[in-house]
Amino acid sequence: MGLPAIPIVSDPGLDETVKGLTPEKIAKVVNRIIDSETAARFKVYMKTCVHCGLCSDACHWFLSNDRDPRFSPVGKVKQTLWEIIKRKDSLDPAFLKECSRIAHTECNVCRRCSMYCPFGIDIAYLLMVVRRICSELEMVPQFLQDTVNSHSVTMNQMWVKQDEWIDTLQWQEEEAKGEIKTARIPLDKEGADVFYSVIAPEPKILAQLIGNIAQIMAVAKVDWTMPSFDGWDNSNMAMYSGDFETMGRVERYHHEAALKLKARRIVMGECGHAFRGAAYDGPKWLGWKQPPIPLIHAVDFYHELITTGRIKIARKFKTPVTVQEPCNIVRGRGLGKKLREIIAATCEDFTPPYPDFEHNYCCGAGGGVINCGPPWKTSRVKGNEVKAKQLAETKAKIIITPCHNCHSGIEDIISGYKLGMHVKFFSEILMEVMEIPDELRA
Amino acid sequence: MNLKAYPEKHSWDWETSTKEIANISDWISSFPEVQEIVISPEGERIAAIVMTEDDVFSVCVNGELWTNTFEKAWSLKFSPNGSLFCIGMNDDEWTVIEEDKPWEDSFDYVWNMKFSPESPGVGVNVRTSEGYGVALNGNPWDSKFVQMRSLEVSPDGKRAAGTVQLTSLAEGDVFSFKKGLWGLAVDGELWGTNFLNVWDCVFSTEGTKVAAEVRLVSGRQTIAVDGIPWDQEFKAVWRPIFVPDGHDVIAPCLTTDGWRLLVNGKSLWNKSFNQAWNTVFSPNGAKLAAVVSPEFGRWTIGVDGNVWKNSFGEVVLAPVFSPDGQRVAAVAKDSGKWTIIVNDVPWIENFDMIWDPAFSPDGLHVAAKAARGSDYFVVVDGKNSNQKFSKLGAPVFSPDGSRLLMKTVEAGRYFRKIVPLKNLL
Amino acid sequence: MYEFVSGPLVWIAFIVFVSGMVYQFVTMLRSARKDKVIYPYMSLKYSLRSLFHWMIPFASRNMRDRYEVTIVTFLFHICLILGPIFLLAHIAMFAFAWGFKWQTLSQVAGTYMTIVVILASLFLLLRRLMMPEIQFVTDPSDYLLLAIAAAPFITGLAANQQWFDYQTTVIVHIITGAVMLMLIPFTRLSHMLFFPFTRAYMGSEFGAVRNARDW
Ligand code: HEM
Ligand code: HEM
Ligand code: SF4
Ligand code: SF4
Ligand code: SF4
Repeated sequence: MGLPAIPIVSDPGLDETVKGLTPEKIAKVVNRIIDSETAARFKVYMKTCVHCGLCSDACHWFLSNDRDPRFSPVGKVKQTLWEIIKRKDSLDPAFLKECSRIAHTECNVCRRCSMYCPFGIDIAYLLMVVRRICSELEMVPQFLQDTVNSHSVTMNQMWVKQDEWIDTLQWQEEEAKGEIKTARIPLDKEGADVFYSVIAPEPKILAQLIGNIAQIMAVAKVDWTMPSFDGWDNSNMAMYSGDFETMGRVERYHHEAALKLKARRIVMGECGHAFRGAAYDGPKWLGWKQPPIPLIHAVDFYHELITTGRIKIARKFKTPVTVQEPCNIVRGRGLGKKLREIIAATCEDFTPPYPDFEHNYCCGAGGGVINCGPPWKTSRVKGNEVKAKQLAETKAKIIITPCHNCHSGIEDIISGYKLGMHVKFFSEILMEVMEIPDELRA
Repeated sequence: MNLKAYPEKHSWDWETSTKEIANISDWISSFPEVQEIVISPEGERIAAIVMTEDDVFSVCVNGELWTNTFEKAWSLKFSPNGSLFCIGMNDDEWTVIEEDKPWEDSFDYVWNMKFSPESPGVGVNVRTSEGYGVALNGNPWDSKFVQMRSLEVSPDGKRAAGTVQLTSLAEGDVFSFKKGLWGLAVDGELWGTNFLNVWDCVFSTEGTKVAAEVRLVSGRQTIAVDGIPWDQEFKAVWRPIFVPDGHDVIAPCLTTDGWRLLVNGKSLWNKSFNQAWNTVFSPNGAKLAAVVSPEFGRWTIGVDGNVWKNSFGEVVLAPVFSPDGQRVAAVAKDSGKWTIIVNDVPWIENFDMIWDPAFSPDGLHVAAKAARGSDYFVVVDGKNSNQKFSKLGAPVFSPDGSRLLMKTVEAGRYFRKIVPLKNLL
Repeated sequence: MYEFVSGPLVWIAFIVFVSGMVYQFVTMLRSARKDKVIYPYMSLKYSLRSLFHWMIPFASRNMRDRYEVTIVTFLFHICLILGPIFLLAHIAMFAFAWGFKWQTLSQVAGTYMTIVVILASLFLLLRRLMMPEIQFVTDPSDYLLLAIAAAPFITGLAANQQWFDYQTTVIVHIITGAVMLMLIPFTRLSHMLFFPFTRAYMGSEFGAVRNARDW
């Protein structure tokens, strides 16, 4: 078949590690994972798939790469798992690099395809098995692995030191107080209604988001807390690299921090994959059927604040907006409707993207793909042309994006396709439209 | 750990039935900001960080202000023996303040205030221009490290340990990371071995040995005692504990057939679990309990290998032994409601939140603080006294077990109450 | 020969088919226990909701987007499963051997259904040959499976229309039918067994756990 060559990307995480691999080492890991870490789902999915290709139209990678079959969901399974099963004991190291490229960098495990497969085969799960195999062989793109290393050491994603974390909260509390007298970031408060957790890019590079939430909490008079100790970061890239032991530890710290502080519930900042890790993958690995204490995403929380009137809208946001619906909270939590409702409550001119709700296209950044870093950026942006088209068609100026990964992913798409749009978190919109009673103003 | 009752407990006032200690509403009206209140173990004092004027903070204890003021203050806590501590900053210099008296040394940053459970001992992590370290009872370690991210104080309060970074790491350098850049420092002295990761550590009862969870290479974890890893390796491990008054170490480890409790790397209970963690010894060291999940999504307690019949669908917290070690209680949650289970018998009433159970000295009664909505209650043996409070401290049994100390906030006023146990049953 | 294929072979075919399906089913249930989350996540309500949306033509978005496949595949499967069950010739043989019978299709209807299956198979074949994304994931076994599924229909039709020597055609037909039956449990044709379960699981995970739709 005359398919264009896939550009060779050099990534030391793969190129160096591959040198130490042998077919024997690979076989050992493959056999262990296939025999003892997978069960009914894996086996039945592999037996059931009739190679019909109906999942292809689901995948933004396929749609954006001129319907190149190597990017279709089943095409990715074929290039990885089918080969792995077929030649378990004679897999050459170079093949593992292909596997990592495909599973880590060319699939966002967004699960759109399992809504298109007539059998409901969870192709994202199958590709996660590939990631697991790669990770057990340390074949993980360098930047993603660095993030996982950070998780393993610091329980957060960006090597944030303990003192930096607390210092940032104290600084943002001061900033928030400059706007709203009663704003506080209560540290380690026991028995609060809300344990608020964020992802590490907030303290590291977007600290004002923490200041914003302090203001929102003050206006809404929410009884809340944040921990001064590890467990404050709800994100989890180990879940995506395939290092499930590290994933489990990170999630345990997160949930136990909230348990320790006797919080009634966890409210998570605007991040999709973090929600997935904290709500599903993490608890599952640890043995919890659901998170030990209720856990809600920011969209759910803002919906509650707005619909109960704890936050009033002073004026609506005028610029035309559309939305990037993060897979992990829309397909992953059915929050599409609530997201519409809070946008309707705060924005005047909203154009939904098409397709939307559970059928949204992934931003292309999720699933750890953006965390694979600069080497993979070109293919990532190219792999989401459909998103660019979809957004351009809305003719909006602002894309509301309640997910950190989507946020960066969409920004890359905007600049890659010169869309001339801007990305905002919902909290940023809320900050502009929320009514601040005069007696609270500093 | 040999958690002995503090001798002071006998000297507490167990007679006066009600004392009004402070009027918090007054604080709120006289200070622009009153932060979270903390109550001393014996209930005679209540304190909060307050803002006295713009950007000036102090500590208000029973209505009296400390003489020291701070630009920033946090981590206000009573130690187990009843001293009041906080961390404060002036002119970008942070230090620990004990009972209105700052430590001599100050630091670029101070956090992680930890108390020793048995005798007075307080430690903090500190950052100075030379690096990261610990200050224990006011004395900073001589050695400093690239980074430090945990702190454990020995039971006698005389030693401290924590995870340290040995050499710095450039962003994205996954190859140096593989060499193992992390170690453990005990009283500032490094373990001879370095690891990919060193997580939680723990001291032996008399404080001479330290055990920690470590990761050897990617995908292989084990327990290291004084820097020497167990011979056995696992996919994952959780926090170890020392057998009281001994040097044997017990830890939950993920083996090929599930989570098991191991002692020095060998199987302890002849059972594997879907999950096992939060191991706790009885005060006399004779019994071991742990939170276990016998099957996916079900949680309960195992005591010496016997798994309780009642299990819960959401969570079970670390078990608590009675002083004689005969009974075990734990906080548990099912269908969104919290309760307590004592020796495999769950309380019938449930709550929106419940705190750790406390046993009476004879082990026959269990008391806990609980909440429904924004009301707090004292619950004894599953019976809710139905008296609501807007805030509540942890209830404490008198040494003879006949009375309960209740620390209550009602209508903005803080009361210390001694209630005969029989009134609550 | 005819005696063998129309007697013992049929028996063998059905026994292999049924016991193979039971074996696959039991194996699946067993390994589902090892896959810790399956049983706890399963929900009857959401299983049915999902099956409902995927067993009714055009009830799911992809079935609407790919309407041509939907039409063909529904016709293919309905005729493939129901046709033979209600075929006059099959029931007649049953009636002869066992003495009981059930509602039959008219001769003409049976033949039309057979032709539908054959044409649908042709469509599926062409689709597989022509669409790059399907071609890419096709290996010889896919053609073989399609051939195995189509063969009883082609040979059945040939027998019915008496294009060749009737006796030989029927023998060939019964052999192809038996082969197909026996292969169902052990090839990807086992999707017949697994379909309700993969759907039910995905339906439950989407609906009961993740509060979302899966169609
Ligand atoms: C294994 C035992 C089977 C036996 C003994 C058997 C026997 C027969 C016989 C005797 C005929 C009559 C031909 C005629 O019309 O004169 C027939 C026709 C047919 N059989 Fe079977 N068959 C078997 C299995 C199957 C299977 C598994 C299928 C497909 C799933 C199948 C599909 C058909 C079809 C489509 C026709 C032709 C109908 C028509 O064109 O009117 N048969 N079979
Ligand atoms: C209740 C039972 C069955 C269900 C629910 C079912 C469902 C499906 C579905 C959803 C597909 C996928 C894609 C498509 O529409 O082409 C499919 C394909 C297929 N089915 Fe079935 N099926 C069943 C029974 C059977 C049986 C009994 C056979 C033949 C023995 C069969 C043969 C095939 C073949 C050959 C394909 C592949 C088409 C291709 O090559 O693309 N199916 N089936
Ligand atoms: S990117 Fe999404 S649609 Fe594409 S294969 Fe991965 S999970 Fe499926
Ligand atoms: S749609 Fe489902 S059955 Fe068809 S090729 Fe894709 S995964 Fe396989
Ligand atoms: S980053 Fe956002 S859209 Fe993209 S996978 Fe996450 S949740 Fe999905």
